[in-house]
Amino acid sequence: MSTAAQKKGFGATLWEWLTTVDHKKLGILYFLGGGFFFVLGGIEALLIRIQLLVPNNDFVSAGLFNQLITMHGTTMIFLAAMPILFGFMNVIMPLQIGARDLAFPFLNSLGFWMFMLGGIFLNISWFTGQVPDAGWTSYTSLAITSEGHGMDYYAIGLQIAGGGTLMTGINFLVTIINMRAPGLTYMRMPLFTWTTLIASAMILFAFPPLTVGLFFLTFDRLFGGNFFDHEMGGNTIIWEHIFWIFGHPEVYILILPAFGIFSEIFPVFARKRLFGYTSMVFATVLIGFLGFMVWAHHMFTVGLGPTANAIFAVATMAIAVPTGVKIFNWLLTMWGGSIKITTPMLYAIGFIPSFVMGGVTGIMQGAAPLDYQLHDSYFIVAHFHYVIVGGVVLAVLAATHYWWPKMFGTMLHEGLGKVTFWFFFIGFHMTFLIQHWLGFWGMPRRVFTYMDGQGWNTANAISTAGAALMGIGVIVLVINAIMTTVKNERVGNDPWGDGRTLEWAIQSPPLFYNFPQTPLVRGLDTVWIEKQEGNESGITPAVPLQDIHMPNGSIIPLLMSLGLFIAGFGAMYRLEASWGLPVLVGGLAFTFLTMSIRSIKDDLGYYVTKEEIMNDLKREGGRK
Amino acid sequence: MDLNRKFTPETWPEHPETATLEAKNKFVGFWLFLGGEVVLFATLFATYLALKNKGPSGMEFSTQGLYELPLVFIMTMLLLTSSLTSVYAMYHLKNYDFKKMQLWLGITAFLGLGFLMLEVYEFVHYAQEGFTFNNSAFSSAFYTLVGTHGFHVAIGLVWITLLIFRNSKRGLNLYNATKYYTFSLYWHFIDVIWVFIFSVVYLMGVVG
Repeated sequence: MSTAAQKKGFGATLWEWLTTVDHKKLGILYFLGGGFFFVLGGIEALLIRIQLLVPNNDFVSAGLFNQLITMHGTTMIFLAAMPILFGFMNVIMPLQIGARDLAFPFLNSLGFWMFMLGGIFLNISWFTGQVPDAGWTSYTSLAITSEGHGMDYYAIGLQIAGGGTLMTGINFLVTIINMRAPGLTYMRMPLFTWTTLIASAMILFAFPPLTVGLFFLTFDRLFGGNFFDHEMGGNTIIWEHIFWIFGHPEVYILILPAFGIFSEIFPVFARKRLFGYTSMVFATVLIGFLGFMVWAHHMFTVGLGPTANAIFAVATMAIAVPTGVKIFNWLLTMWGGSIKITTPMLYAIGFIPSFVMGGVTGIMQGAAPLDYQLHDSYFIVAHFHYVIVGGVVLAVLAATHYWWPKMFGTMLHEGLGKVTFWFFFIGFHMTFLIQHWLGFWGMPRRVFTYMDGQGWNTANAISTAGAALMGIGVIVLVINAIMTTVKNERVGNDPWGDGRTLEWAIQSPPLFYNFPQTPLVRGLDTVWIEKQEGNESGITPAVPLQDIHMPNGSIIPLLMSLGLFIAGFGAMYRLEASWGLPVLVGGLAFTFLTMSIRSIKDDLGYYVTKEEIMNDLKREGGRK
Repeated sequence: MDLNRKFTPETWPEHPETATLEAKNKFVGFWLFLGGEVVLFATLFATYLALKNKGPSGMEFSTQGLYELPLVFIMTMLLLTSSLTSVYAMYHLKNYDFKKMQLWLGITAFLGLGFLMLEVYEFVHYAQEGFTFNNSAFSSAFYTLVGTHGFHVAIGLVWITLLIFRNSKRGLNLYNATKYYTFSLYWHFIDVIWVFIFSVVYLMGVVG
C-alpha cells in the first residue's frame, strides 16, 4: 500500500476498494456513487420536462409520471446531493484539520455501503416495475394506499441509506471534536470544516425522526400497523410533522456545506482573508439552530391554526438574517480583492444572485397568508429548485472543479469547466425562473399534463429547453473528467497557487496517511500565514517524525449492509411469498453475525514505520 | 495498542475509558449517539401521546383498563437496580478489579433479563386479551414505543454477554475498558428512557 509504484491486478484493486477504510478512497466512492445517482435523477428530470413540453402530451403515462417525480426528488436529495457533499467532507475535512483519517474509519466504510446498497435497493424498483409514486414527501394518505411495493422500496431503501448517513454524521462530529491538529482551535477552523460540523450535528438530531417515520410507514404497509389509518384511530398529520421535522433540517444539512464550499473558494480566488469570519461561524450555528424551529411552514395549509402559523412564519423569516449576513460577507470578501476568475470562482459568483433569489421567494412563502396562494403551485417548484440547484448543485459543481486536483491529482480543463458553467447556469435560470410565473398563472405542481389554451405552453417549452441546456452542461463535465483522467497530467501540492488551508500543503492526492508529521496550526488560513512568512512548504510540523498508527481495511462493512439489503426484500415479500420471512430473518441474522464478528475479533490496526515514511517522502520529492 | 501490557491498580489510569485517542473517540461518539437516541425516543413518545386511546369506534381498550401497575412496578425496580449494579461494576473498572467488575456486570445482565422476561409476559398477556399490534392506532403506538425500549434492552443484554465472555480470560486493558464503559452509559440511558415510559405511559395512563 505504501509503495504506490506496484502494479496491481484488477481483482486486487477491486478488493482494495471494497475493503477500504481510507477516508480519501471512501470520499471518492461517495463522490462517484452520488455522481451516478445525480445522472440518474437528471435523466428522470429530463423525462419529466419532455412530458411537460407540450399540452396534452402522452410521452409518459400519468402513473409513470408520478413515479418519475417521486424518484427524481428522492434520488436527488438522498442519493445525489448528500452523498456528493459527504464525498467532499470525507476527503477534505480531515485534511483541513490535520487528521490522518476519520475518528471511526470502519464506521465510515459501513456508512458508505449502507448508503450505496440503500440507493440500489430503492432503484431496483425500476426493474420490478413497482416504483414509489407518492411523491418524495410520501404523505401517508397517498403512501399507505399506494398499490404494489413501490412505497416499500422507498421506506426500506431510505431506512438503510439513512442509517448510513446518521453514522457518518456522528463520525464527522467526533473527528472534528477530537482530532484537530495542535493549535487548531474552533475559531481557527476553515469554514468548510465548520459547516461540516454543524451539518453533522443537524444530521444527528434530524435523522432519528426520519428513521421512526419510515418504520411507522413500513409497519402500516407491511405489518398491520395503524399509525396513519384514520379508521383505526391513526392520524396522517403525524407523518407530515415527523417528515418535516426531519425534512426541513435536511435542506440546511445540504445548504450549509454548500456555504462552506463557497466560503473556501471566495478567499482563495479573491486572494483575501474571508470577511467577517466570526460572524460567518455565528451565522452557521444560528442557521443550524433555527433550522429545527421552522418545519411547520411546510404545513401552513394543513390547518394548524393562526397561532402556530404565525410563530412558524416569524421563525422562518428570522433565518433570513444569518443568511443575509453570509451573503454580505462573501460580497465583502471579494470587495477590494485581487480576483482571479477560475471555474470554481465563476460558480461562486453565479451562486450569489441565484441563491438570493431562492431565499427571497422563501421569505414570500414564509408569509403564511401568501403561502395559501402559492401552496402546491409551480412557484414552490421554482423556489426549492432555486435554493437546491442555485445553492447546493452549484456548490457541488464548484467543489468538483476546486478539489478535483486534491482528490485525483489531475486538473480539470479550465476552458471546458467554463463551458459547463455557462450551459448549466443559463439552463438553470431558463428552466426555473419562468416557473415562478407558471405558479402565479395557476399551474399546480405534480400534474402530469395540462390543457391547451391556459397560457402555459410557451413557459413550459422554455423551461424544457433550459433543462436540455443543463443536461449538455453535465455531459461536458463528464467528458472533461474522462479526458483529464486519460491525459493524467499530475499536479503539485497547490495547483491553484493561492491555497490557504492545510489540504493545499500536502501532495495531490495525499499519501495514504495524509501528513508525515502532524502539522502545527498557527492561525486561520495557516498555510497562507506560513507562506507569507517565507515557509515554502506551508507547514510547520508539531511533532518529530514518528511511526504512524493506521487502521486495517475490512470487508465486514459491505457484508453488514448486504445483510440489511437482503432482509429488506424479505420484509417486502413476506406476505405474498413463502421465502419472505426466512429471507427477512436470515438477512438480519447475517448482519448480527457480522456485527458479532466485528465485536469479538480485535482489530488494532498497524504501524507505518519511520523508514517507510522517509522513503515515501524521498520518492514524492523526486516527482515534483 | 499493546493488549499484553499488564497493569496494577497503581498504574491503571484514573480514567481508563478515555486513556487513548481511540477511547476518547468512542466515548464522545457514544455520547453523541445517545443524543440521537433521545430524539428517536422523543418522536416515539410524541406519537404515542397523539395516538393514546385512539382506535376504531367502539374500541374496548383504554389505558385505564389495560395497564396493571404492580407488574410495571416490579419491572421498574429490576431495571433501576440493574443500573445501580452497573455503577458498582464501573467502580471496580476504575479500581482495576476485573473479577468484581465481571460479577457485577453479570448481576446487571441477570436483572435486565428479568425485566425483559416480565415485559414479554406483559405483551403476551395483552395480546391474549385481544390488544394486539394490529388492534388500533393506540396499540401500534404502544407496542412500538415500549417495544423499541425492550429491543434496546435485548441488544444491551447481547452486548454485555459478548463482552463478559470475550474478555473473561484476558482481563482489563485500555482497549476493552472503553467497551465496558460505553455499555454502562447505554444501560443508564435505557434506564432513563424507562423512567419516562413508566411516568408517561403507565402512570399517566392509569392516573391521568
